[in-house]
Amino acid sequence: MHKSLLGALAVSTMLSPIAASAQTEVQFWHAFTGRLGELVAAQVEEFNASQSDYVVVQSHKGNYSETLNSGIAAFRAGEHPHILMVFEVGTATMMSAQGATRPVFEVMAQSGATFDPDAYIGSVKGYYTTTDGDMLSLPFNSSTPVLWVNRNAFEEAGVDPDTDLSTWQNVGETLEALKAGGSECPLVTAWQSWIHLENFSAYHDVPFASQDNGFAGLDTELMLNGEAQVAHLTAMGEWAQDGKFIYTGRRNEGGANFRSGECALFTESSAGYAGIKAEAEFDFDVRPLPYWEGVGNAPQNTIIGGASLWVMEGHEEEEYAGVGEFLAFLSSSDVQAQWHQDTGYLPITSAAGEATRAAGFYEENPGTDVAVIQMTANEPTANSKGLRLGSFDQIRGIIDEELEAIWAGDKTAQEAMDSAKERGDALLRRFESANG
Amino acid sequence: MEKRVKFKGWLLPALLIAPQVVISAVFFFYPAGQAIWQSLFIPDPFGLSMQWVGLGNFEFLLSDPFYRASFVTTAVFSILVTLCSMIPALFLAVIADRLIKGSGVYRTLLIWPYAVAPAVAGVLWLFMFNTRVGVVSWYLGQLGYDWNHVLNGGEAMGLVVVASAWGRISYNFLFFFAALQAVPKSVIEAAAIDGAHFWRRFWTIVLPLLSPTTFFLLVVNIVYSFFETFGVIHTITAGGPQQTTTILVYKVYSDGFVSQDLGSSSAQSVILLIVVGLLTVLQFKFIEKRVHY
Repeated sequence: MHKSLLGALAVSTMLSPIAASAQTEVQFWHAFTGRLGELVAAQVEEFNASQSDYVVVQSHKGNYSETLNSGIAAFRAGEHPHILMVFEVGTATMMSAQGATRPVFEVMAQSGATFDPDAYIGSVKGYYTTTDGDMLSLPFNSSTPVLWVNRNAFEEAGVDPDTDLSTWQNVGETLEALKAGGSECPLVTAWQSWIHLENFSAYHDVPFASQDNGFAGLDTELMLNGEAQVAHLTAMGEWAQDGKFIYTGRRNEGGANFRSGECALFTESSAGYAGIKAEAEFDFDVRPLPYWEGVGNAPQNTIIGGASLWVMEGHEEEEYAGVGEFLAFLSSSDVQAQWHQDTGYLPITSAAGEATRAAGFYEENPGTDVAVIQMTANEPTANSKGLRLGSFDQIRGIIDEELEAIWAGDKTAQEAMDSAKERGDALLRRFESANG
Repeated sequence: MEKRVKFKGWLLPALLIAPQVVISAVFFFYPAGQAIWQSLFIPDPFGLSMQWVGLGNFEFLLSDPFYRASFVTTAVFSILVTLCSMIPALFLAVIADRLIKGSGVYRTLLIWPYAVAPAVAGVLWLFMFNTRVGVVSWYLGQLGYDWNHVLNGGEAMGLVVVASAWGRISYNFLFFFAALQAVPKSVIEAAAIDGAHFWRRFWTIVLPLLSPTTFFLLVVNIVYSFFETFGVIHTITAGGPQQTTTILVYKVYSDGFVSQDLGSSSAQSVILLIVVGLLTVLQFKFIEKRVHY
């Protein structure tokens, strides 16, 4: 132990001569690589340069799941960071871990940094606050699903690219026309459970799980086998069988098919913007996510995906002051506005959104505000506030398996969703007994 | 004839086996004991609290049809990997053994794949069979076959088996080749003079003489397919589609380290421990009797 500590000290001294001074160090673990990784590193550098009391050290720890798991493993070993990035799916796990985390509202109050939780837009804030309105983790990157259109692919198939795609009824007819026009890949999706079940339910104002989607208690049960969801998945399953919907994988594998120009329509996060803009050699549009006309209260509002920053317990008190300073810096509207414009993630404070609009960004980059409008169009209901389910990463795995059974034609949508409910509920009961 | 060394006193023998005992205790008995203990609880991921459930974790597992199916998947997978890695290896070894010129080059080339780490091998095969950019799937498409291991369980299983067996062929080749070199030439020549053709000599003389090697490789390959194919499965299918490639070890990992359900994961380790123990006993009890040393 002693030796490894000395070794770590020696290494960190060699790598970062600045950290050797009397500044307090704050560890920040995140899940970003590539362009996003560079942008996070730039934010950290800017913060470090702006003051001389604290040094934030950022490290990449793998994808979202891996980052969360490294954080948990490190906590068990007593070597956890101060700030851990956790994706929205891990929210319930972190909320239940009282004693491992320190709520953001407490950190902010203690550090005395200027911080206003009401600056965050409702649907983002709602995801990460308790029912009493206390903010537990700091929203960082949030996005929502939209419909991406390859205009060239439409024209090649002889379909008007300006056709109305606001409802799935219209999309269904368009897929038929695209297929008839020779398109090999009329529709592809990323994150199927997030878009076609979780957001679908919120958007149509039907419950995904009981107890207000888990916000009201741990004794929640999945309700994703409802009439609306099954009808949607039945239609998607038929499209899959007819070769109108092409399934490529559970994560964002479909992005490659869309960016290469192969696919006409793509349901994907608004944060796909940076990649599509950089790679697509065709004209593209961003449209709101389609809804079924006449089902539920559609269009209600969509929910977020992405990650928030959790502060972990068990460090020296003066270090938390540094954490507070850094989080306050991240939530300032300049930093937020820049982040939104660079990445396609939502402007999570109203001020950042206004600043972006005032700078004329939306006029220069049409479609970048579709996601914002879609998310904030209506006041969120109990069904569209978000999801708070334990073991949700695992449950998403189950949902993915059952969806694959529908796409392959092995099960009907009703059978698959009944099975997903049964298997998912078993995990929810386990989570309840582990955390009850 | 039994060979036995007699020691005077107990200190020296105890000292001699001490390193092995210590290693077994630290790396086997201690973690196995911990797994058994943890399998009786549902802990929360952060290790802040534990909920005693007795045999509840086992009950939960055995009532899960996907877990029961995972036994069958594991059996199918292990048998296929073992066959697909041993038969071609034996064939290549026999061919290489007959070579007079250039056998060194062949041997070196055949041993190469063993140097490739399982996860890297997985990515390699995944690229070739990628449904969108894969070379092989493109050719299959040209032939009118629509390859899609993302949705088709049989194709996914085939792919992970081939990717797992591929690197293993080299390892088996090496052992078979060495064993073939040790087969006495005089016996084979005698049979040849009696008029037995090549394959007959192979079946009646060479194969029985190879049986100790074959038995050793059988045990080693089954252990390999149980425990070391993890990297291949993780990179190619992550257990999907619909858990058709989730073998027992992969489920231990995904439940324990992805889903943070350490109670269930420990219970699965305990079950796996029992299964592998039984399997080893069976192998030594029944198959070893037919091995001629």
